[in-house]
Amino acid sequence: MNPTTTTAGGADTAAVRRAIASTERPPRPGRLSTALTFGWRGMLKVKHVPEQLVDVTITPVMFVLMFTYLFGGAIAGSTSAYLQYILPGMLVMSVLFTTVYSGISLNTDLTKGVVDRFRSLPIWRPAPLLGSLLGDSVRYVVAGTVIIVLGVALGYRPEGGAVGALAALALVVVFSFGLSWVFSVLGLLLRSPNAVMNSGFMAIFPLTFLSNVFVDPTTLPGPLEAFVDVNPISILATASRSLMQGQPDGTAIVVSLAVAAGLAAVFLPITTRLYRSR
Amino acid sequence: MTTHAPLAIEATGLEKSFGATRAVAGVDLAVPEGAIYGVLGPNGAGKTTVIRMLATLIAPDAGSARVMGHDIHADGDAVRGLVSLTGQLASVDEELTGRENLVLLGRLLGLSRRAAKARSQELLEAFEIAEASGRLVKHYSGGMRRRLDIAASIVVTPRVMFLDEPTTGLDPRSRNQVWEIARALVAGGTTILLCTQYLEEADQLADGIAVIDRGRVIAEGTPGQLKASVGAGALHVRLLDPGRRPEAAAVLGRAVGAVELEPDPAALTVSCSDAERAATGVAELARAGVGIAEFSLGQPSLDEVFLALTGHMAESDHTLEEQAS
Ligand SMILES: Nc1ncnc2c1ncn2[C@@H]1O[C@H](COP(=O)(O)OP(=O)(O)O)[C@@H](O)[C@H]1O
Ligand SMILES: [Mg+2]
Repeated sequence: MNPTTTTAGGADTAAVRRAIASTERPPRPGRLSTALTFGWRGMLKVKHVPEQLVDVTITPVMFVLMFTYLFGGAIAGSTSAYLQYILPGMLVMSVLFTTVYSGISLNTDLTKGVVDRFRSLPIWRPAPLLGSLLGDSVRYVVAGTVIIVLGVALGYRPEGGAVGALAALALVVVFSFGLSWVFSVLGLLLRSPNAVMNSGFMAIFPLTFLSNVFVDPTTLPGPLEAFVDVNPISILATASRSLMQGQPDGTAIVVSLAVAAGLAAVFLPITTRLYRSR
Repeated sequence: MTTHAPLAIEATGLEKSFGATRAVAGVDLAVPEGAIYGVLGPNGAGKTTVIRMLATLIAPDAGSARVMGHDIHADGDAVRGLVSLTGQLASVDEELTGRENLVLLGRLLGLSRRAAKARSQELLEAFEIAEASGRLVKHYSGGMRRRLDIAASIVVTPRVMFLDEPTTGLDPRSRNQVWEIARALVAGGTTILLCTQYLEEADQLADGIAVIDRGRVIAEGTPGQLKASVGAGALHVRLLDPGRRPEAAAVLGRAVGAVELEPDPAALTVSCSDAERAATGVAELARAGVGIAEFSLGQPSLDEVFLALTGHMAESDHTLEEQAS
């Protein structure tokens, strides 16, 4: 043991003392800068945990392949005709699945105590939540792009061209910003990241199947068709399909955006309140 | 303790319930500036809840508190600007590298990109995590995580630091490192509120201790006063030759106090809370030519402190129902 400079454990006491002595508190950063710093954190996570991205895109990719080649002929007469129908819907499914991760990562922060650290900092309080949207949006765009590229590789041709495809992707991403607050609320209420994942997918899976993503609802029994018609996921899929086909369906687009705004208006305030008090 | 030193933390009548659980049932604290103040209590006593209220993470149901003169309720933002929290859970982001964690906090506290990087490097080196700085924190050992956690709390040196069970679950080496860091922080002028379950830890670090049980302060004083109130540490001696135990017992009985023979035929224990008396006892043994294999001066455990203070053993997670019955 050398009591003059180091402890038995080895932490360099002199360096620790210097490190402690050397700081002066800088002026507080602005709100935008704080939110952007949290955005940077979100991007780092995308970079470090790419498995997450694979996890969420693998299911829609499998669905595209399975439905196109297994059921395509039976449902639409030919695989290429079915791919033409299903792809815009798969874009919706792929990106919406990704929104569940907003809740999962928030819950991880909560259960690991990271939220406590952020909340004890002298920062603009909504910044962590707003900043996480930036990382989320990268995930949404990647998840959507994977499906579009896969579709094109399999022979899908958007009649609306690249512009139509990009417009559809943009619409779905904006819708996801609204939906992600629902999962953020779940993330703040449930006990573990796994619970968020399970309940999140339990909600979004049936909603996706009970939509017009896979089949034309006119073939369904009456009550089911009525539900499918008002399911927001159907409306979003219709809007996305219309954009990709180059014939924008104004009503579906406006309703999709309104639903997104409505979800954000209800669930964003609940999220911020829960975040502040948990 | 000096009573006229300015107070870093001043709490009166803090209360907090979670449903039927009265986690904190009226806690008063007066922590002088520049000290390490220990809050000692068993699991479930309410320590973390007290810290979470003082760090403005949760609002008390009743009572009030000031941190460096700022009211936690009315002026929470000013409080957050002066404190930092090292939570029970090592609150670092596992999906980021150690360096990224520190740069993130530097940026959030207002350092420029360059200053945040330089500061991170300085802390990583001082806390000996430089080598692992590029690895994701989820691959860190417990000790490294805890050091990173503390480093993250002093990216900008806080005036008041809350340390919640900083060494629970750590090996002795890492524990010593954390203690050394805490001492260096106080030497630099920071006030530390230390929650712990270990009397030894409070004894090593704290200038004053409040013992809490079931959400209430049940005793307060310096570590010396507390140990004296419990009345006993113990000198443990193991002899080279068990045959000489009667002789050793006689020597220690004269020099120190009441001797107890242990099941181990070479060992004996003398009740004693004074280190000098214990040293005299060991020296007397050596002078009598009794060979000693090892000796140690043990401190009363938290359990013994609790037994002495409350008449019951420290139990975990008391509920209101238990308390009422
Ligand atoms: N968020 C919470 N919800 C419900 N009960 C809680 C919560 N936080 C703490 N408690 C309860 O309050 C009591 C005190 O807990 P805590 O402050 O964590 O004690 P300590 O840190 O001393 O172990 C315990 O009985 C605990 O179960
Ligand atoms: Mg605790």
